[in-house]
Amino acid sequence: MTLPGSVEGRAARLATAVCKGAPAEDAIGRSYRRSEEIGAGADGLNIVLWQDEREAQEHARSVAHRIDEGESKLPLAGVPVAIKDNIATTTLPTTCGSRILEGYVSPFEATAVARLRAAGAVVVGKTNCDEFAMGSSTEHSAYGPTRNPIDPARVPGGSSGGSAAAVAAGIVPIALGSETGGSVRQPASFCGVVGIKPTYGRVSRYGLVAFASSLDQIGVFGRTVDDAALALEVIAGRDTLDSTSADRPVHRYRYEAGTTVKGLVIGVPKEYFPASLDPGIRELCERALEILRGLGATTREVSLPHTDLAIPTYYIIAPAEASSNLARFDGVRYGLRMTGDGLQGMYEATRSSGFGAEVTRRILLGTYVLSAGYYDAYYRKAQEVRSLIAQDFLDVFAAGVDVLFTPTTPTTAFPLGAKSDPYEMYLSDIFTATANLAGVPAMSLPIGMVEGLPVGGQFIAPHFGESRMLGAAYALEGVLATQAAP
Amino acid sequence: MTSPAVAAIAERYEMVVGLEVHVQLKTRTKAFCNCSSAFGAPPNTQVCPVCLALPGALPVLNVRAVELATRAAIALGCTVHGTSIFARKNYFYPDLPKGYQITQFDRPLATDGCVVIGTRADGSPITVGVTRVHMEEDAGKSIHDRYTAHTAIDLNRAGVPLIEIVSEPDMRSTVEAGAYLRVVKQILAYMDVSDVSMEAGSLRVDANVSARARGQTKLGTKTEVKNMNSFSAVERALDAEFIRQCGLLDRGEKVLQQTMLWDGATGQVRPSRSKEGSHDYRYFPEPDLPPLVLGAEWIEKVRSDLPERPAHRRQRYASDYGLSEKEIDVLAADIALSDYFEGVARQHGDAKVAGNWVMGEVSAALNARGIDIGDFRVRPADLSKLLNMVRDSMVSHSAAKRIFAIMAETGNLPEQIAQREGLLIVSDDAALREWITEVMAEHPAEAARFRSGEKKLQGVLVGFVMKKSKGSADPKRVNQLLAERTGT
Repeated sequence: MTLPGSVEGRAARLATAVCKGAPAEDAIGRSYRRSEEIGAGADGLNIVLWQDEREAQEHARSVAHRIDEGESKLPLAGVPVAIKDNIATTTLPTTCGSRILEGYVSPFEATAVARLRAAGAVVVGKTNCDEFAMGSSTEHSAYGPTRNPIDPARVPGGSSGGSAAAVAAGIVPIALGSETGGSVRQPASFCGVVGIKPTYGRVSRYGLVAFASSLDQIGVFGRTVDDAALALEVIAGRDTLDSTSADRPVHRYRYEAGTTVKGLVIGVPKEYFPASLDPGIRELCERALEILRGLGATTREVSLPHTDLAIPTYYIIAPAEASSNLARFDGVRYGLRMTGDGLQGMYEATRSSGFGAEVTRRILLGTYVLSAGYYDAYYRKAQEVRSLIAQDFLDVFAAGVDVLFTPTTPTTAFPLGAKSDPYEMYLSDIFTATANLAGVPAMSLPIGMVEGLPVGGQFIAPHFGESRMLGAAYALEGVLATQAAP
Repeated sequence: MTSPAVAAIAERYEMVVGLEVHVQLKTRTKAFCNCSSAFGAPPNTQVCPVCLALPGALPVLNVRAVELATRAAIALGCTVHGTSIFARKNYFYPDLPKGYQITQFDRPLATDGCVVIGTRADGSPITVGVTRVHMEEDAGKSIHDRYTAHTAIDLNRAGVPLIEIVSEPDMRSTVEAGAYLRVVKQILAYMDVSDVSMEAGSLRVDANVSARARGQTKLGTKTEVKNMNSFSAVERALDAEFIRQCGLLDRGEKVLQQTMLWDGATGQVRPSRSKEGSHDYRYFPEPDLPPLVLGAEWIEKVRSDLPERPAHRRQRYASDYGLSEKEIDVLAADIALSDYFEGVARQHGDAKVAGNWVMGEVSAALNARGIDIGDFRVRPADLSKLLNMVRDSMVSHSAAKRIFAIMAETGNLPEQIAQREGLLIVSDDAALREWITEVMAEHPAEAARFRSGEKKLQGVLVGFVMKKSKGSADPKRVNQLLAERTGT
């Protein structure tokens, strides 16, 4: 489908051009030059951890070859994409930002990556992230923090900070990230790009290194709504290698210019607009709602009464699953192995030097909440609260609300080192973790700037309601773009 | 079976036993990936990202394993649940790649079964309750004795599907425990869900044992006994542990809840060094697998397609074949031998004759070679041909035994062997008369007495003819021809 006018994203335009014969290598080359120009390497913004330009160019040529052979409709032909370092790729290492996997190259590729490649995309690099996706600032990477391209003194958000920054810096129009509790939407908000967390089960988790399996979901970043929607269309859908992937049709995610939201009922949950909310962010949200009303939508205040329980619930369930998921990094088969006194000593030496402080903290927390005698008080209770949080969403959607609109984060990007208290850091996901716990799709898109820093607005839709959510995002983005234009 | 030492103690104490039986399911592939689950391949050749627990790999349930597990559960009299849930059992060990075992915990596949292990003097059945049957995956193998100061890991077995069958503590003696194991093994073999070989590790047994003073109703403190590699080891280990516990109780000491390891070499049990009891496995529902939901129709289909159960087959052998209890015991014990017998009986027509041959010649041949019926060269069709030849008087019974021996050795067909070895019965009058004439000439004294009417000499002459014909003459016809000569 060709999108007329400015709605069509950079990725789609590039793919069309490459399909018509434009050299794919040029676009890939430009990606690397841009990366050098803004200093995306370790001594600069530290966005990209692993890259191999020769390999990428070889891949670009193979895409060109496929087009010559008659594959004329590759939706991502020659489009450079960046992949978060916790998603398996066969051509570049997959280290999850951790010492314990330093140098590890996966023998298989994640389904999402394989689908991107099948659509003609070229992987140009693996992006930095908080170690094993545990964090909200990309400061907890064993390979050093990533800096926000908008303001290098500030964090890009996390844990998918590298992918958000790669898109914000113009290195790639599309990148893959992953979410367990806001790890795509929060950095998208901090970096001023679009980030989508699909419905749990919409995108295969095969090849995504597990953090908390019942919450994990691969998400996409786009320079525009269309870039992100296009990427999601490519990677979404049933995968027999992931038993939790949904066997449901993938609806149309891309819309044409002038998308209407007439009649759409937008719920505005009051719990997401606390008195403590940054006034600049509140104002931008109100302006966005005004735009949506101007386009024919109605807005309605609603309540999601269990919202304040999301962070404590999340920090029981996610560490519990993590403590089990990370047990495989034991020094026996792959990755780091340190010597110690006997088997127990080897385990201790390997895991204490391989894992960073935040990962260690969460493994300990998770091990504790699953222990005999504490399971009922913590894990079981958290699962019960999780159902209540999910029910909140089901209730508002059942009451006639089509999508919800909220700020993505309570603040804009904070300076590096500003949140030394882990709990302070956890609160930065206060508006995003709910969607992960409920399994519903949600996305963040830029709705303006406060003091030179991007602000994200969040849409949340019912399960498998990505299409509806994207329709609203296309519409809002379209008006915001015209308003921003001189 | 029970030793005198145990018999003496058993007057004062009662043994209480519950058994946990782990059974490898006979699937082509592993429980959660497509790797072969075949036994005996070179180390680490049947592995993939899933069973190696590489980062990002996910389990996908093998539907065939569910079917076999369900079949076993039904045959063990269990209720199969429409919804069961996989759980993670977390512990660190080098042969456990993920750091957790996928198993089922508080929502198992099936519960509340029962098996009959024998009959009491009053004719009532002795039953053992089956608490639960759940699905899980096997771990790999740690090899400690191959390299000095190193442990080697073989992950071929990691992820092979298992069921665990947990019994109620219903057994009161070693004899009952042994009977339970044999019945369970027989049922599983009949259901064709497992190779049930303790040698190959496809059947493993752990026992929970306690002792209590006779007349007590409260259960004593139990220990778990492991490391038994045969049924007789289980029986000997139970006795040893029972004697140990009773000794403690006699001295007024307490039995500690712990894991004991059987040492076959010393015939003793000793406490395991690893503190199994203190493990906290931190079970929680496996988030990578949705709940296992089985439709009522699907379960019914498995039930209606269930292979014949041992009890039913025994009944059929009595009613259809008229076999005795003793014969049935031998012929129905092993499903493979039993199927063999039925093949011969069906093709030959006379089940009694078929049964005698299988219990006699066939069993002897297998024992002599130390092989299973599956590896035996003489297939049921060939044996039934031989039996047909005996029935049709083409070969004598003794010749048939010789032919069978050659068949077992070479795999050749009975007709060929009979012909080649000259074992076909000769009933052609001309040939027989010639032999008779020769015998008369060679034994003139006996011939004369016979001609003069001494009837008993007829038998002697028949014997000479049989000897001359190397057993191939038809003795009936020879008798008739001799009788003709005397005109009687």
